[in-house]
Parts: sequence; structure tokens; C-alpha cells
Amino acid sequence: MDIIENANKEALEIIQNGQPTLIGLGVAGEVIPGMAKDLFLHAGPPITWEKMSGPLKGGVMAGLMYEGLASTPEEAAEYAASGKVRFDPCHHHDAVGPMAGIVTPRMPVWILENKAYGNRAYCTLNEGLGKVLRMGAYGPEVIKHLQWMESVLYPVLKETIEIHGPIDLKTMIAQAVQMGDECHNRNKAATSLLIREIAPSILKTSFSNEDKIAVLEFLNSNDHTFLNLSMPAAKATLEPAGKVKHSTIVYTMARNGTEFGIRVAGLGNRWFTAPAEIIDGLYFPGFSMEDANPDVGDSCITETLGIGGFSMATAPAIVQFVGGTPKDAVRYTTSMYEITTEESRAYKLPPMNFRGSPTGIDIRKVIETQVLPVINTGIAHKEAGVGQVGAGIVHPPMACFEQALEAFVNLLEDEGLLEE
Amino acid sequence: MSVNDLFKQELKIVNLGLKSFHSDLKSQGVTTVQVNWKPKAGGKKNMLSLLGKINKVKQS
Repeated sequence: MDIIENANKEALEIIQNGQPTLIGLGVAGEVIPGMAKDLFLHAGPPITWEKMSGPLKGGVMAGLMYEGLASTPEEAAEYAASGKVRFDPCHHHDAVGPMAGIVTPRMPVWILENKAYGNRAYCTLNEGLGKVLRMGAYGPEVIKHLQWMESVLYPVLKETIEIHGPIDLKTMIAQAVQMGDECHNRNKAATSLLIREIAPSILKTSFSNEDKIAVLEFLNSNDHTFLNLSMPAAKATLEPAGKVKHSTIVYTMARNGTEFGIRVAGLGNRWFTAPAEIIDGLYFPGFSMEDANPDVGDSCITETLGIGGFSMATAPAIVQFVGGTPKDAVRYTTSMYEITTEESRAYKLPPMNFRGSPTGIDIRKVIETQVLPVINTGIAHKEAGVGQVGAGIVHPPMACFEQALEAFVNLLEDEGLLEE
Repeated sequence: MSVNDLFKQELKIVNLGLKSFHSDLKSQGVTTVQVNWKPKAGGKKNMLSLLGKINKVKQS
């Protein structure tokens, strides 16, 4: 077995063995490693304020108003441009964020632990659909809702998980993918399973009935509640694989709305980036591709694990949200086996005769076959302050994989690991 | 069986490469299947060269 095959086998074993587990909730500034009062996290590879797209800027502005550092959008934009707030990718702090992915110090976050390897991952609580920070909206209703999440949703859920104890998310995702979810843009089953699991513990908390009802109603009204758990579950599972030397397996795919970036295990923390693509999808009434921002968000960490777009065959109903037909969904999943290394031992897909989800993207296979990973995703308006305008299918730019392959060959040459 | 015998039978075509061959035959009612095939690395010389190199990685 050659050095790469050996390394990939090790990386895949780590991914297959991952045990993502919900262990509690905390405040970002207190629990996320390296978080600071003047630091905001964002989705995707590193980016400056000047180069941020509309939804990212809108999310930052909402975050500044939520933190009380600005009282109007104009003040927020000025503050962001002043350099008083620093920006860093969620991925550099064991975190992930959907769409704009803005995490500010005051925000409540889920805390997950990969019980097999001891590493943790963090993600904010999902805000629901409509006018929300993650889509770049920053109106008063967005800030008010974030404040409700901090003052009611967070304390109730924190005490709930303390009462309930840790929740095995690997099993929950494994169940959900057999119930019509792919756990990226369809989380209806997984959200239902979560509510069923924690509802008794919610009732046991010390909060008023009014608060408990409000929390249950909110969780139930938002099918995407579980997205902010499937994402850190994928992150927690993949992160230890990212440390395997000489592995050609992709352990991060993420977008900041301007650029798409990937990271490859054998190449450490280095990002390989190229301009993010515009999404082919279904647009809400009154909007079109003209309004769309390029691809944005850390949520394609689900596809990096092999669920999400890679497992679309198991979620035929999702095509009503992202476009295409159930046949297309099967075709997408089938093609992903061409660029991956193994089939998941946990996430079994009924429409694929219970094959495991396609797992472990190998940059060599992407280049050789020219088959790009398939991602299903929400679409944000290109202007800050508007919000979501649709959902659809997108791919990473091939340039990310081409750069990574070149860097990998250079690394092997430098280390004298290529035969003459 | 000689080649001439082959052409006396109903043709069943498997086409690789240019899809127009498949489309033209299909429009004439011929049974034809288009294989979803692309040249390795899309035929890009620099990528083929990198793949050639990475395939020569040493044994562990």
C-alpha cells in the first residue's frame, strides 16, 4: 500500500469512528476557543470587510447591533470598516456557521463533542426562516429575535440538556437519513426526532410554562432547527481526520459569499480558494438569479461528510425546495460515489439499497473524473439586509481542487516521496 | 459471424464521446446508449502530469 492509500485509510477510519454528541450549550465568548470581545467569526475562508459580499456584511452589521456596538445600520457599517472588530473564519475556532455564519461573543451556541477523539465543535442556534441574520438581514425584527433567543431559548435549552444528558447525534442523523432527510436543507425528520427526545426534559426545567411553550413552538415551527446540529456534528467528525499527514481527503469545504475554499488533510490548515459560483435553483416569487449572491456558508460541511447533497437520493422531497426531480437526486448521489473513498457505516440510504452515504472526498478522484461535489444550499440576496431569495444546487470551483493537487505533488516532491 | 452479417441485424449502439452521434442515431430510431464518459482529467495536460506524478508516490 502506498503512502497516500495508507493515510487515506487512516483518515477514513477516523471519520467512520466519529461519535458526534451534543453535550450542552454555552455563550460563544466563553466557550469557543480563541474567541474575544472584539472578534466576530464568519463562514468560509478568511476575508476582509472590504471584500465581504452583501449577506456577510449584513450579518456583521446585525451582529454589531445585537452586541450593542452600533444602533443603526449606518453606524454598524462604519464600525465594521473602522477595524475595531476583527474577523476570522468559524473553521479556525472549531466552529461552523450556516450562510453568513456570523458568530459574535454574546451568541448562544450548541456544544458538541466527538466522543471517539475528544475534540469539540460549536454552532449558533438556528434562527428560523425569513428575515434572519444568517441571510444578511439586519432589521429591528432580526435583532429582537436574536435577543429572544438569548434570553429565553438559550437558558431553557441549556437547562434541558443538563437535565437530559448528552445526546448521540450520530444515531439521530442515521435515523433521519432513513426518514427522508439529508440533513442539510431537509431536517424535518431530524428536528422532529430532537424534539421527541428533549420535550420531556424541557417540561422538567425550572422555567415558566409560557417560556417552555414558546421554546417548543419555536423548535417545532423551524424545520432547520437540526441544521445547526448536523453541521457541527459533521465538523466534529471530520476535524480529527484533518490532521492525517499525506491524506488526499478533503476535510473542509466552505464559502464566504465571495470565495469557495477547501482544506485537504495532508495539507493542514491551508485554504485553496476560487470565486464562489452562482446557484442554479428555485427562487422565491419576485426574485431571480439576478438577485442572488454567490454561494455562501459553512453548511457544506455536511456534504464534506457525505450527507447533504451527497445523500440527496434519500430525501426526494427536497427537490421541491432546491429544484430538479427525485431521479436527479438519485443521480447526484450515485455520481458522488465516483469521487469518494468509502461508504458510511452509519448513514445508510434506503433508496440506494441501503448503501452507506458516499464518504471521504479524494482530490485525486475529483481531478481524474472531473466530477465536482454536489451541494444543495439556500440562496441569499446579494444586497445586505434583504435575506433569503431561494434555494438550489451548486458545485465548488474545480480550481480549488486543481490548486490542492498541485500543492500536494509539490509537498511530496519536497519530502522526496515520489519515485523517480 | 462476418462483419456483413452484423449489418444485416438490428443495430444496438453504445456511443462514447461526441453526443451528436448518439442523438443522430436516436432521431433515426436506432437503439443507442450514450456513455457518460470524459477523458481523464478532462484532457488537461497539467492535471494529467500531476496525476502521473502523484501515482508514483512511494510505498509506506
